[in-house]
Amino acid sequence: MNVAARDSAAAASAAVAPLVRARNVHKSFGANEVLKGIDLDVAPGEVVVILGPSGSGKSTFLRCINHLEAIDRGSIEVDGEQIGYQLRHGRLNKLSSRAIAVQRRKIGMVFQQFNLYPHMTALENIIEAPVGVHGQDRREAVAYAMDLLARVGLSEKAPAYPRQLSGGQQQRVAIARALAIRPKLMLFDEPTSALDPELVGEVLNVMRDLAGQGLTMIVVTHEIGFAREAADRVVFMDGGIVVEEGRPEDILANPQHPRTRLFLSRFIDTA
Amino acid sequence: MSAPSVDESRAADAALRDVANAHRPIAWGRWLLWALVLIIATDFGWIVANNENFGWPVVAEWFTAPSILRGLSVTLGLTVVAMVIGVIIGLLLAIARMSDDRLLSSLAGLYIWFFRGTPLLVQLIFWYNLSTLFPQISIAIPFGPTLASWDTNDLITPMTAAIAGLSLNEAAYMAEIIRGGLLSVDKGQVEATDAFGMTRARALRRIIIPQAMRSIIPPTGNQLISMIKATSLVSVIAMADLLYSVQAVYNRTFEVIPMLMVAVIWYLLVTSILNVGQGFIERYYARGERGAGGDKAPARAMEEAI
Repeated sequence: MNVAARDSAAAASAAVAPLVRARNVHKSFGANEVLKGIDLDVAPGEVVVILGPSGSGKSTFLRCINHLEAIDRGSIEVDGEQIGYQLRHGRLNKLSSRAIAVQRRKIGMVFQQFNLYPHMTALENIIEAPVGVHGQDRREAVAYAMDLLARVGLSEKAPAYPRQLSGGQQQRVAIARALAIRPKLMLFDEPTSALDPELVGEVLNVMRDLAGQGLTMIVVTHEIGFAREAADRVVFMDGGIVVEEGRPEDILANPQHPRTRLFLSRFIDTA
Repeated sequence: MSAPSVDESRAADAALRDVANAHRPIAWGRWLLWALVLIIATDFGWIVANNENFGWPVVAEWFTAPSILRGLSVTLGLTVVAMVIGVIIGLLLAIARMSDDRLLSSLAGLYIWFFRGTPLLVQLIFWYNLSTLFPQISIAIPFGPTLASWDTNDLITPMTAAIAGLSLNEAAYMAEIIRGGLLSVDKGQVEATDAFGMTRARALRRIIIPQAMRSIIPPTGNQLISMIKATSLVSVIAMADLLYSVQAVYNRTFEVIPMLMVAVIWYLLVTSILNVGQGFIERYYARGERGAGGDKAPARAMEEAI
């Protein structure tokens, strides 16, 4: 996204209600407190990249947004709905797993390990949710799936099973699969961490295209280069809190916090 | 020596060393072993065929006798019905056992504990004699009015006792097999179905169970084969299965061994057909796997180790 668009997005974020609103999010695994009060707003159309050392809680936070992990304190809203809970007559009730499933249907997710369905072809993987969950017409879904496969550069791989694809190709199919439900929000959980170095670029290229098309994205990654080029905002997390956040050129070039500086110094070669 | 001739000899050497042209040494030991085994097998076959005590003419006479075929069809029918009911209940038990709901999972656990922990023969006799425990079977609201009631003796025939005994016992074993299969599916698959907002039922049906099938099929084939043989237990509750029909004949004619050979050959024939069927089903659920011979690799490693 260019600077003008980014500034207008930032200006819009002040006026328009945020698509994602996280408040005081806490999460523990046993005695280990992984998230210690996260606040984050993401405006519609914004691309937010979350950076941080491993163990900083960034993946856990991402998985809380679509309730793959239940949070212990605080609240997360997506598109005006509180995820996993419902406020009625001044009482907050836990939602049934069926109702949570419905909430998740506008959020696309891309996993570190791709998690494609191995017994289905690339095309079947992509149309599974649109046809089976969203009740779309099969022919329409296939047409859109082929469209998406073309966008990720894999038109000829529609009949291939995941095992017959390289890691990078699998991840591109996984991105197409997540896009097929026409999500309002896309979550990327370290999408390139399981890839061989020479396959990272093809996946980042697809993600860069998406970022330029106004899709709201939250990306957890170690790819500083991607953050610099595609992010509207960079959030740096460490020890379960947001240490600092801001425009990528500020955070990456001129970090204020010593922990951010230490983290970025390890990636000096990518600059 | 001039340079070209060195190159030539190198090229010739490279051709000689190309493993594509390699010869395999003749394994005399293996051939010898084969010959030995064949000789012994033929000799054993000869002895069995010429032993009059096996009564082969009697076997041939009774092999397709109507009463035997009727017994065979009872055995097959009972196997199919008990297995289908067993798999369905087993699937429900497995899902209940893995559920987060403590009540469901402990009830399933209790069921499995009881039916695996008692002998099948005892269970069959229990079902057959159910009327001595409960003369009446009723559908009623607990501590409330009775909606419908039957005489137990009307409900429990040898057939229903056999189906109930075999299928409820089978369900306990199938539950554990299916649970093992479901546990073998990568956790990321469950997460993907969650993230895409699939309901539990759809995720199981479309994504989890098809992948679990790969590890469910082989032990289920095992169960099916032991079920065919377990049906012979129902002869104790006067159910006219294959073994019972054979016994009915040799109780009259005293040709015990020939008649048992009739049953043995039928059991072997049926299990052989099932083995072929299992192979087809396994290949179907292995689609999307790299190379059809993938499953042979561990076996090959074992062979080489020996």
